[in-house]
This record gives sequence, structure tokens and C-alpha cells, in this order.
Amino acid sequence: MAESTIKPKIIPGEIALQGVSKSYGAIHFRKEVVHDCSFRIERAKLTVMVGPSGCGKSTLIRLLAGFEQPTEGTITLDGEPITEPSRDRLVVFQETALFPWMTTWENILYGPRARGELSRESLEFGEFLLNKVGLQEFRDKYPGQLSGGMQRRAELARAMINNPKVMILDEPFRGLDAMTKELMWEYYARLYEENRRTNFFVTTDIDEAVFLADRILVMSNIPTQVRAVIEVDLPRPRKLIDIFENDRANDIKKQALSILHAEAMRSFSRGSKAAADFVDAYLKRASRA
Amino acid sequence: MKKFLSSPAFWRGAASIVVFLVLWEIGARSKQWMSPEFFMPFKELLGAMGFKKDYLPWIGAVPAPSGVLKAWIAVLGQQGYWQSWYMSMFRVMGGFVAAMIVGIPFGLMLAVSRVAHGVGFPVFEVLRPIPPLAWVPASIIFWPTQELAIIFITFLGAFYTIVINVLGGARSIDVRYFQAAQSMGSSNWDIFRRVILPGTLPSIVVGSAVGMGITWEVVVAAEMISGGGSQQAGVGGGLGFFIWNSYVGGSYEQIVVGMISIGIAGFISSELLRWGGRYATPWLKAR
Repeated sequence: MAESTIKPKIIPGEIALQGVSKSYGAIHFRKEVVHDCSFRIERAKLTVMVGPSGCGKSTLIRLLAGFEQPTEGTITLDGEPITEPSRDRLVVFQETALFPWMTTWENILYGPRARGELSRESLEFGEFLLNKVGLQEFRDKYPGQLSGGMQRRAELARAMINNPKVMILDEPFRGLDAMTKELMWEYYARLYEENRRTNFFVTTDIDEAVFLADRILVMSNIPTQVRAVIEVDLPRPRKLIDIFENDRANDIKKQALSILHAEAMRSFSRGSKAAADFVDAYLKRASRA
Repeated sequence: MKKFLSSPAFWRGAASIVVFLVLWEIGARSKQWMSPEFFMPFKELLGAMGFKKDYLPWIGAVPAPSGVLKAWIAVLGQQGYWQSWYMSMFRVMGGFVAAMIVGIPFGLMLAVSRVAHGVGFPVFEVLRPIPPLAWVPASIIFWPTQELAIIFITFLGAFYTIVINVLGGARSIDVRYFQAAQSMGSSNWDIFRRVILPGTLPSIVVGSAVGMGITWEVVVAAEMISGGGSQQAGVGGGLGFFIWNSYVGGSYEQIVVGMISIGIAGFISSELLRWGGRYATPWLKAR
């Protein structure tokens, strides 16, 4: 089978957040997790969001996926407001969410089967994706029999068969060992470079962000806001070895790190007066140097 | 099979049973070997503790395994013994299958519907602590036949455990599975059929295995209390009644025969269930 015949036309989408806030809890015990957040997930680009852990990134993902609604503000996909979960915006979760009771092949075919769209084309496309993620031999194995890296690849295939307008990835490579993780970066980058879908990738790992991203959104601590947007103008296709030796990549990394560091300090100092004084002294000394 | 016979696990198991039988035999024969004067101080001690003086406490009063085996061989040819097996099995299976048929859908309903949970759960929780055996008198009065009364009691034994396990299992399914299924365009029915049901299966298997154990405990007691539902004494009363009848008739060997028979019957039913469970949840054995 020729690739061109089974590769469906990809229509990338663009997501826009306008003044989005999200709070939890009853009136007097409200905790605002996301505050007045506005940004764009640009069409056909790989946007990576980095922020300190526990900064409300997962909340943002639930909003984008439509599992929850914002308290204020609007989220739109190509101008249409997001009100419920849809195949247009598929989430690949932190740790696997493959159905443990289905084989790799059944997992990949879940979407088309659920919508009653199982056809010869979708079977062929599934076959194509199974090959693409290199799991042909593991077709009839259960997720419990796959390694961490294989599970993530199977999950990517399960999402891609639905041809989403936006792929949302919530720290998908967290918990993999360093070797596998780097292999997955290169693999995922190649996948993206081939299809140029709109991708939204969330992580706490700066190296991961710099290597993968077209744009990096650096987030503040709770309540979540965008602190900075960094355009990553590194050439594609990217290889890990090139990026690590690239000065521009290191500059970007330093830039992102300094913002994140200030953020971490700020949340640290919120705890006590003594800590605040310590941070103050540290920042004065840093500016003198 | 050959591999199994040569495995250390098999020999350890076999040795354990043999040692147990030998100790039991020796203990049961304590009347004979404790007669010499040599044991006098020991006997005095036993007497002071309120036991009979001339044999080991408890184990000395139990019939010896050799005697039990003899009694067993004797009843093997009797139709009444096999009838007891059949009756108890029939009651256990009847109650158990009914508990599955009612309990699994009921548990799933409590799990998926907030309304069903609100309406059904309080009543369920009030009835649950009532031991099945406390139902014996009421159930003998209210059910038209003795047989139905006993089956109803075994049903109760398994029902609560199955419902609680199904409910707990369905509730502990990871929310990401629902979110993933929803995103990919699943309808509610599709989520129920392809996420909730298989996600709950392991708990259904566990709940059934525990429920099966309780069912055996309950059926025996129910048979003893209700007189086994037999027309002619001793025939067709179930294994529980078989034991009771042996006790009344003074055949102590047969009491032990009945007890071991229940052990074997319980083991066979759990093994069948485990086998069925493995077949139903192939993804669990795969790791």
C-alpha cells in the first residue's frame, strides 16, 4: 500500500484562550488555579508549555480537552467555543491511559469503532499507524506486556487514528528512563515533522521543551499565567546531537530557566518573611554580578 | 504434569499433608500410648486443667485418620452420601448463580447512576450487616419450600460481597479511561460496554471467589438448622445435614468425613471459579 493513499488529509486547528480563569471550591474557600490566561496554540506548530510542577498545567489541559469548563473567559478551536470533549482535541496522558483489557490493535481501533466508523480505510490506516509506531509484532499483546516506551507509542497511534485537529500531550514521557526518553523525543519530533499537525505539549523538562518546540510558553506558578513566549527558531528536522551542541539552543534554555527560577523563588518566598528576605538578598546579589 | 510432579512445590505440599496425617494419627491414638505409668505426672497436669486424664486433649478425642478413611470408604458406596453432595452443590450453585445474576447488575447500577445509588444504597447498607444465618427462621416461614429457603440464604451469603466488590471495582476505574473514551467519541452505552464492564471484571471475579467461600459456610449451617429439608432423615439433606446427622447418630468418623467432603467441595468450586476468572480476564495473567 502506498503511503499517500492511506494518509488522510490533516487539517490542523488553532486554539485561542481569551482571559481564561478557573477556580475550584465554594464561594468562601475559592482557590484560583488559572488566572486571566490568554494565549494561542498556533496552527500547525508544536507549542510546548513549561512551568513548575503543580502550577495548574493539568487544569489547563482539562479545559482544553473540554473535560471541564472555565469559570471565566473563552476557549475556541478555529473560532468555535469548546464545550465538550471531542475527537478534534485528543489528549495523550501522563502515564498510559491505554485500556488494559484491550490488545494494542484493539486500543488503536478504539476511536473508529466507538463512532461506528470502522471501515476498510480505517483498518488500513490503523495498520499503517501500527507500522509507523513499530508495534507490528505487539499487535495482539496487552498494554501490561509492553514496555513504557511502547505504551506511549501505542497511545500516540490510538490518538492519531482519529485525525484530531489538535493533539494535546500531558507530560507523555514522564516516568520513562533517560535513554528511552531521548529516543522518544527524536521519534516524536520526526512524527511531528512528517505531519505538521497542531501539537500542544506540556512538560516540566526544559531540555525536552527546547528540543521539541516551535514555541515555548513559560508559565508562572499558581494562579497560572503566561510569563513569556519564546520562539524557538532552530532548524528542522532536529537531531538530539545537533541541539545539544547548538549555542542558540543553550541561549533559549538559559532564558527559560531564568524565568522559571524567578518563579520558583517567588512561590518559595510566599511561605514566610524569612524566605522572602532570603530571596530578596539573592536577587540583589545576582543583579550586582 | 510431569514437570509439576517433579517440582519442589509439589513435594513440599505432599510432605505437609503426610506430616499432618501422621501427627493426627499419633494424637488420636494417645489413649493407647499414654497408658504406661511413665506418663503419670503429665496425666495429673491434664486432670488439673480439667481434661480427661487418659488421652491428649482435643486431638485425642478426634477419630484417627485411618478410622475416618475406613468410614469414608464405607459411605462411598451409599447413595445418601452422594445425594448429600448433590444437594449441597445444588444449593450453593443455585444461590451463587442467583447472587451473580442479581448482584452484578445491581452493583453496576449503583456505580453508574447517582439516583440508583441514592435510592438503593441506604437500604442495602442496613440489610448488609444482618448475618445470613439470622435470616434462617424468617426465610423458612416466608418461602414456600424448605429448599427455596436454603437457597435464599446461600444467595444472601454471596450477594452482599458481590455487590460491594462490583461497586468498588467500577468506582475505582481511572477517570482517564472515561476521558479518553469520551474524547474519542464514545456514547454512554459504548463507555459502559467497553470501559466500565471490562474495567469491573477483575473485581467481579474477586467478589465471586469470596462470595463462593461464604456460600459454602452458609449452606452448611443453614442445612443443620433447618434439618436439611429432607423427608427421610439422613438421605438427601446435604453435607451440612450429613454432619449433623452423624453427630446425632454418634458416628464420629462420619463427622470428619463430612467436614473433609465440604473442604473438597469448596476447593473444587473455587478452582472452577478461578479458572473461569482467568479465562474472562486474559490481560491480567499476561504480565
